[in-house]
Formats: sequence, C-alpha cells, structure tokens
Amino acid sequence: MLNKNIYLILIISLVFAISFWIGFNVNLLPAEASINAPIYDELFKILFITGLIIFIGMTIAVIYSLFKFRKRNDQIGDGIALEGNLSLEIVWTIIPSIIVLLIGLYSYNIYDRMGGMKELNHNHEMMSSNTEKIWAGISQTSDNEIAINNLSIEVSAMQFAFLFNYPKGNFISGELHVPVDQKVSMKMESKDVIHAFWVPEFRIKQDIIPGQPTILNFTPTKVGKYPIICAELCGPYHGGMRASIIVEEESDYNEWFNKNKKPEVNL
Amino acid sequence: MTISIDPQETNNESLQPKGWLRYFSFSLDHKVIGIQYLVCGFLFYLIGGTLASAIRIELASPMSDFMPRDVYNQVLTLHGTIMIFLWIVPVVNGAFGNYLIPFYVGARDMAFPRLNAVAFWLIPPSGLMLVASYFVEGAAQAGWTAYPPLSITTPQSGQIIWILSVLLLGGSSIFGGINFIATIIKLRRPGLKLMQLPMYCWAMLGTSLLVVLSTPVLAGTLILLSFDIIAKTGFFNPVLGGNVVVYQHLFWFYSHPAVYIMVLPAFGLVSEILPVHARKPLFGYTTMVFSIMGIVVLGLVVWAHHMFTSGTPPWMRLFFTIATAFIAVPTGIKFFNWVATLWGGKISINSAMLFSCGFIINFVFGGITGVALAQVPFDIHVHDTYFVVAHFHYIVYGGTVFIIFSSIYHWFPKVTGKMLNEKLGILHFIITFIGFNLCFAPQHWLGLNGMPRRVAEYDPQFQFVNQISSLGALLMAISTIPFLINVFLSVRNGKDAGDNPWNALTPEWLTSSPPPVENWEGEAPLVEEPYGYGKEISEQK
Repeated sequence: MLNKNIYLILIISLVFAISFWIGFNVNLLPAEASINAPIYDELFKILFITGLIIFIGMTIAVIYSLFKFRKRNDQIGDGIALEGNLSLEIVWTIIPSIIVLLIGLYSYNIYDRMGGMKELNHNHEMMSSNTEKIWAGISQTSDNEIAINNLSIEVSAMQFAFLFNYPKGNFISGELHVPVDQKVSMKMESKDVIHAFWVPEFRIKQDIIPGQPTILNFTPTKVGKYPIICAELCGPYHGGMRASIIVEEESDYNEWFNKNKKPEVNL
Repeated sequence: MTISIDPQETNNESLQPKGWLRYFSFSLDHKVIGIQYLVCGFLFYLIGGTLASAIRIELASPMSDFMPRDVYNQVLTLHGTIMIFLWIVPVVNGAFGNYLIPFYVGARDMAFPRLNAVAFWLIPPSGLMLVASYFVEGAAQAGWTAYPPLSITTPQSGQIIWILSVLLLGGSSIFGGINFIATIIKLRRPGLKLMQLPMYCWAMLGTSLLVVLSTPVLAGTLILLSFDIIAKTGFFNPVLGGNVVVYQHLFWFYSHPAVYIMVLPAFGLVSEILPVHARKPLFGYTTMVFSIMGIVVLGLVVWAHHMFTSGTPPWMRLFFTIATAFIAVPTGIKFFNWVATLWGGKISINSAMLFSCGFIINFVFGGITGVALAQVPFDIHVHDTYFVVAHFHYIVYGGTVFIIFSSIYHWFPKVTGKMLNEKLGILHFIITFIGFNLCFAPQHWLGLNGMPRRVAEYDPQFQFVNQISSLGALLMAISTIPFLINVFLSVRNGKDAGDNPWNALTPEWLTSSPPPVENWEGEAPLVEEPYGYGKEISEQK
C-alpha cells in the first residue's frame, strides 16, 4: 500500500513538474507590444499550466486504466461492483469548484488591471456634445483623461478597410500611427456591417458596431509595425481587411503628424 | 392525463412496407425512425465533410485561390449549418434517442409516433433545400451565426432559404424534444423508477428541456430577421434604428444551449458504453444525474460569453465569466466518474471502447480551453480566431462525433444482428484520432498568433501550420473509408452477433437482435439495475 502511494505521489509530482516546465518554456504567444500584453500573458501562463496538469493527469489516468485493467484472454467475469464513493465524489466536486473560483477571481483581477471594469458608458465629452451612449471595450483611462489627451482617434470601419481620423490634425489616414508609451483612445464606429479591431501583439480586440460607437483604449510599449486585423466576418473580402499600426518614437510621430496636419477650416 | 398508444395504429404491419423499403416510408416504428435519422444524418455528414475539405484545401495556401471569396463564405456557412443542424443534433438526439429511449423506459414505441415521423421527415427536405440554395443565387454567406447587418445585406434568396431551413429543422427538434419528455415521464413501464433509468434517459430528458426552452427563441429571432430582410423592417437593421447586439443576445440564448444539446446526449451514450465494455457499474449514478441537471440550468445563463468583444457592459462580462467557468464543475464530475468507471474493470479494448476513451481525452482538452475562453481578459485576444475554431471542434468533433462512432460500433449488432469488423474499426479509430488532433491542435497556435476565423486568405507566416492542419483534415476524410467498407461488408457478411454479444444488462439487449416490431415478445422486462455488473446475474432477472 505504501509503495502504491509513493508511486502516486511520484507521478503527480512528475505531472506538475512537466506542466510547469512546459508552461514556463514554451511560448505560444506573439510579441508583447502594449501594457496589456504582459498582464495577459501572466493570465495565459496560469491557465496554460493549470490546464496542462489536468489534461496530462486525465490522459495518464485513461491510458493507465486501459493497460492495467484490460481484459486478459484467460479472464472471465466482471470487474468489481463499485457503484460510487461519496467522499471521493465530494472531493472532485469541491476541488474543481475551488480551482474555477480562484481562476475566476484572478481573471477578474487581470481584467481590472487591463482597465476593463471601468464604467465608460456615459457621455464621452471629447467626442460629442450630446449624451449618446457609448459602449466601452478595454479602457485604461477615465473620461477626464481622455478629454485632455491629444491622442483621440476616430476609427471608422467599412467593407473592407479601416480609416483613422485624427481630429486634432484634421486629417484621415489609412495607417494608424501612434507614439510609444502614450495612452491612445479610440472611438470606433462602423459604416456598414460589424467589424472588429484586433491587434494580436496588443492582446486587445473590440467589435466595431454600426449604430453603436465603441471605445477602445490602449498604450503601446514597443516601437514597430503591427497588423490590425478585422476579426468579425464582414463579407467576401473579410480575410483581406487589414491595416497596420505603426508605433514610433514621439519625435517620429510628431514629424509624421505635422506633415499630414491640415489647417483648420473655419466656417 | 394518460397517454396511450393504440397498438393497432403503430403496429399495423399490413400497412407498413417490409424489408429495406420501410426505411423510405412514413414508418411509425421508433427503431425505423432512429435508423432513418442516423443514415440521413450520415449522408449530410458526408456533404458537410466535403465542404470542410474544400475549406482546408483553400487554406493550404495563404492566397484566396481555390474558390471565389463569396463562394468560400457560402461553403463555411453551409459547413457549420449542416454539421450542427443536420448531422450532430439529429443523430445524437433523433437517431439514438428514438432507437433507445423506448427500450430504456420499457415502452413499445414513443409517446407520439406520428409526431415522431413528422419530426424526421422535416429533415430531408429542409436539408436538401439548404444545399440547393447554392444553385439559386448562391447560398447564405453570413456564417452559421447569420449576424445582421451582414445577413441583411448579402444576397437575399440564400439567406431566406437558410432561415426557412433552420426554422423547419428547429421545429423538428422541438417535436422530438416534446416526444422524448413525454415518453420518459409518462411511458415508463410500471415499477420502473426514475432513478433506475439508464443514464442516457436522463441526458435526453435534460437535452429535451433545453430544446423546448431555447429553440423557440431562435425561431422567433430568425422570423424577425426574415422580416428585416423581406419586409425591410428595422428590428436588427441599424440604418432603421435597429440594434444588432440584441440579435446576438437572442441568437446565443439558443445557440449556447445548442452546444449542450449536442454534447449532453453524447455524455449519456458514453455512460451506457463504458460500463458494458469495462464490466463495471457506472460510477456515481446519482451525482451524474445531478450533474446533467446542473449543466442544463447553468447552460441557460451563459450565452453572453460569445459576446465579450461586442458591446457588453462590464458587470455582464463578469457574471457570464463566472457562470461559464462553473459549468466545468458538473462536467468535470462526469469525467472523473467515467475514469472511475474504467478503474478496476475488466476492459475489452475494442472500437467502441477506443472511441469512447478518445472522446474523454479530446473533450477534456476542449473543456480546458473552454474554461480559459470563459475568462473575459483571455477571450478578448482570441475571440473570433482559430483558437475558438479549434476549441469547438474539440468539443463537437473530438467529443460528440467520436461518441457517435463509438455508439455505432456498440449498437450495430443490436440493429443488424451482425458484428462490425474489429480490425477495420480499430484502423478507423487510429486514423480518425491522429487526423483529428493533427488538424485541430495546431489551430490553437494559429489563433493565438493572429489568424482570425472565417478567412479565405491569411498572413503567409501561417502557411506551414495551416498545411499541417490540412494534412490532418485529409486523414480525417480518409478515415471514413475503412468505416464505410466495414459497414457495407458487415451488414451483408458480418459475423452473427447473437442477441447480446456484449453481455450487456441494459434493457435493449434483453430481446432479440434485431428486435421485433413490438420490442419484446412478451412483457417488457423490469431492469432495476441497468449497471449491475459484478453482481450475481440472478439478481437481474
């Protein structure tokens, strides 16, 4: 009996060791290029390791049973008439409940750190004067911060392109240019069907909905060029609906901004 | 109220065609209807599988070069619709439910045999109509979710035929659900208690409750959508002041429970198969029953996890995260119980057992990615990507379709009186298992790294992994060949099975194989312990 328990403990520790090793050494995610990305990857690592432990454990249990308890040719009759074991069943109800609850609380914490729990569905002063209702995606800023922020960009999506309007500079661009390490606030609206704004390296995504503006805020942390991908089926050329986001040093950004800036037209 | 069947009506053999012809008739025999569902479903599986192959061929190269872009969207829409509404739902509910439930409750037929036949005969015309819509103006191309405004702005005839077809299939599903509830509750043999029913009855009771509660919501939603398309109303059309997110809420109120409509019956079937081939009682019967009912209740309040990137307020995201994650608890209990059923048994390693164990492994994997997807911050990155595609194929293919095959290997001797060839069966399992995992496991990586779903073209850096996935799809297509050869050879020349080749204790095996029209020659036997393996056989009689 003691021997059996030692083997069991040995196997469980091995499963844990393998899962942790894979979790820390195998990277399944693209580069981290926004404040959200490392937070996301922290959650991913926890979910990945927990998942591996459960998956490897269950797979070993199934395959072991198939070998250990397979019917030998000379055997007749049935297995043991075991119909249940209440304490065992209580254990495997309570332990998963605790794991699920802890993961839920942890992901709540992650979501809060990403800025997802901030209420933003009231008047968005910067963008419009009437009290239209705006639905927020992830946001890391409060309304006041947006109001004083120069980097408010209006995104309009249509079949099959994104257009980026820089109200401060009075121009529209097909490429999204943003300076590194600064909060960007986007108000997004669709002209026709539902689209979605996704930058894998930023770990953010928000649907762009016709008739219902949405807000998405993010802070890029790494200079570079990343794809903007439409993630919601929007028609035949959905797969080709892409744009680029160019994260650059502030001086480069200002140069680009001033080059494209158009004078205010006074009516 | 009592429900009775007029034996004259259901068993009037002079009016019913005999032999293979009865499978093409408006038969009222639940066994014939069950087989009709299975064969019809399998034919649509072949069509849906052909469409899947076309998708994987297109995705073997990063450019859109195999078919026109709008045709690609039609293909993926039809693939999803056919696989869900014409293969998995009719087969795990209609086929096995019709064949087995009357045996399990000790009845000679379903409660409403005519309704049952109507429910089946709605399927072939609506399925053919759906496929034929391709030849009108092109089939629907807004995905199986048919989100407006895309579904309003794409060519109308295809979308309208799609709606009509799904409405008819939903109607068929509701008829079936009512019939199963009535049969399980009212037609039980005297002396048979609810807690003595085989687990598949409980699974079908739970599933049918979900069908009856949620399918009408889908029907109503699609009728409103058809008004928007035909009569230019503005329920979901933002140009006319409609709200597109309301559609998503209504759609997913059905379509998330639909996942449980597809997997709960499979949970029931595997609970029948494992004890027989492991020669052990089903572990934890009572907790299994409560788990099923727990899944039914929770399954109704998790729909918005499909909408974490749509416009949903934070509190809603939080609530649906927690509700969704908690479904893992009753589901987990069932998986632990199945492994405990295997533990200490005398397991026959045969095709039915291998497919069931393949199901456990695949579904645990899909369940784990499911718990991850339930977490809002996790989902926001991978929503609408190939990660989700991989996840739900692990659930519906690696889960349910594996169990459909397992069930065919298990009940084929019952239906035909012949055994399937085990060598071909094991070959079928090996190719399917390898092909399936090769096809879908790499797609998790694709989704995490930036490949959205429903695209005909993609970033060339993903080409190699997509080709691995396509190779897996090719293996899956090939795996159908040994299966079909096996079925055709065994129906004619298979080894005689006898009445009860597995020495099973559930009631369907306590009659001849194939069973007589009335199911039993005399009175239906009272089976108080359908899983009494390892006990004295005399207790059973």
